Amino acid sequence: MINNNIQLDEQGRLKHFLSIEGLKRQQLVSILDAAEPFANVQEQAVKKVPLLRGKTIVNLFFEASTRTRTTFELAAKRLSADVLNININTSATSKGESLLDMLHNLESMHCDMFIVRHNQSGAAHFIAQHVSPHISVINAGDGCHSHPSQAMLDMFTIRRHKKEFANLKVVIVGDLLHSRVARSQMHALTTLGVSEIRVVGPKTLIPAGINTFGVHVYHNMQEALIDADVIIMLRLQKERMQGALLPSEDEYYHNYGLTEKKLSYARPNAIVMHPGPINRGVEIASSIADGPQSVILEQVTNGIAIRMAVMSQALSPRSEITKTGGIV
Amino acid sequence: MTDSEMNLDLEQLLETMYQGISSKLQTLAPDDVIMIGIHTGGFWIAEQIYQRLNLPSPLGSLNISFYRDDFTKIGLHPEVKPSQLPAGLDDKHIILIDDVLFTGRTIRAALNELFDYGRPASVTLAVLLDRGERELPICAEITGQKISLNPDQQIKLNGPDPMSLTLVQNPLESAL
Repeated sequence: MINNNIQLDEQGRLKHFLSIEGLKRQQLVSILDAAEPFANVQEQAVKKVPLLRGKTIVNLFFEASTRTRTTFELAAKRLSADVLNININTSATSKGESLLDMLHNLESMHCDMFIVRHNQSGAAHFIAQHVSPHISVINAGDGCHSHPSQAMLDMFTIRRHKKEFANLKVVIVGDLLHSRVARSQMHALTTLGVSEIRVVGPKTLIPAGINTFGVHVYHNMQEALIDADVIIMLRLQKERMQGALLPSEDEYYHNYGLTEKKLSYARPNAIVMHPGPINRGVEIASSIADGPQSVILEQVTNGIAIRMAVMSQALSPRSEITKTGGIV
Repeated sequence: MTDSEMNLDLEQLLETMYQGISSKLQTLAPDDVIMIGIHTGGFWIAEQIYQRLNLPSPLGSLNISFYRDDFTKIGLHPEVKPSQLPAGLDDKHIILIDDVLFTGRTIRAALNELFDYGRPASVTLAVLLDRGERELPICAEITGQKISLNPDQQIKLNGPDPMSLTLVQNPLESAL
C-alpha cells in the first residue's frame, strides 16, 4: 500500500498530487472550490491569469495521451507558466539514460513541476520520492492505479449538475479491471460522501476485491442503471488486456454498451460521462454521446479549470497562507 | 476606536461618492458606462451607489486574487469568488470602485485584470477612503474622504448589510 502522506506538506497542504487516497473530504472540496473561478478565466478576452508567471512545468508523458496532456499544457499556459513537453520516445532515455538521471537534469534546468504519465503503477509516486524538495509532482495517470486529476474533473462536473453528492446514485460501467480512472473516481466519490456507487461489467473486467471500495457490483446493466443520477462509461482498454477477456465487441455492446433503451432505466435527468477517448458503438451509442444528457465535452473543458486549481495549490509557497482581509 | 470616533460618517462618504460619480456620468453616454466594484468591500459600496443611478449595464464584480503581486509570498487565497463582469468592456467607460485606496497595488491588479477582458475607453477610479502612502503612481478621481492612519493601523469595511467602518490595530503584515 502506498503511503500517501508524501502528497502533503507539514501544514497538510497539497505538495504533490499523486492519488485521491490519503486526501480528506475537505482537501477535495478545496480543489473543487478553487477550480470554480478558474473556469471563468476562459471567458476573458485574454484567457490567461498571471498566477504562475516564471514557473516552469514539465509534461513527462511516457504513455500516449491527447486530452490529459493538452489540458495540462493549456492549464499551465493559462496560469502563465512556461511548459516543456518532453517526448519520451525521442528523448535521451532511448539512448539509455535512466529515468532518475533525466529527472536530475531537468531539475538542473530549474523546473518547478513534473506532470507524469506512465504505464507503471506507482511511477509518479516513485518520482515524487526522488525529486528535490522544491519540485511538485502531479500524477497524470499511472498504470492501472490512479488518475486523480481525471477523478477531480469528474467530481467537478457532477457537482455543477447535481450540487450535492450525498444522495446520488452513481453507476460506473465497463472495464473496471484496467481503469485507473474508476479507482480514483471510487475513492473520490466515497470521500465526498456519495451514498451509492454501483459498478457493472462482465465478470472478467471487474477486479476481485472491488467490494473493499464499498461499491455494489452488478453484471446486469439494466438493473444497475435503475434510478441512476450519474452514469460513468469507461473505455475498453484493449491495449492493457492480456488474454481473451471479451468474446467480441458486438457482444460487449449488446450487454454493456449504453443505448437509448438502457438509458431509459436511469433518472430522466441523469448525466452521462466518459473520460474519453470514446469508442462509439462499443461502449456508447453515438446518439447518447452527442445527446442532451451527455456531459462528455464539458468534462474536457472542466479538466482545464481543475488542473489550474491543482497546479496553483501545489505551487503555492510553503510559507503560511494568510487569510488577509486587509487588501487596500 | 469606532467609525464615529474617527469622525467618519459612512452615509456622508457614500453621498460624496455618489455626487462625484453623478457629475462624472453627465459627461458620458449612459450606454457606454459600466460600473465595477472590487470584491468584496468595493462591490458593497458599488451596490449602494449603483441602485441610485439608472445605468443600463449590470453592475460588475471584480476579484483580483489571480492578479495580485504576492502569490510567490502568500500563495493562492483559499476562497476566490469568480469575477462577474458584463460582456464586452471594449470602448466602455469603466467606473471602478474600491473601499480603501492605500498602496495602489490592488488597483494595479484590477487594471491588469480589466484589460484581460477588453480595452475600455477609460477607467475612472472612485474610492470611499484614500489613506495616502501610495507605492505606485495611481490616484482616485473621486474620493469620499482623505484620511491619515498610522502604519500599524488599518481600516476595514464590514458588510454588506449593514455596512460599517472599523479601525484595526496591527494589521497582518501580508496586507498589500
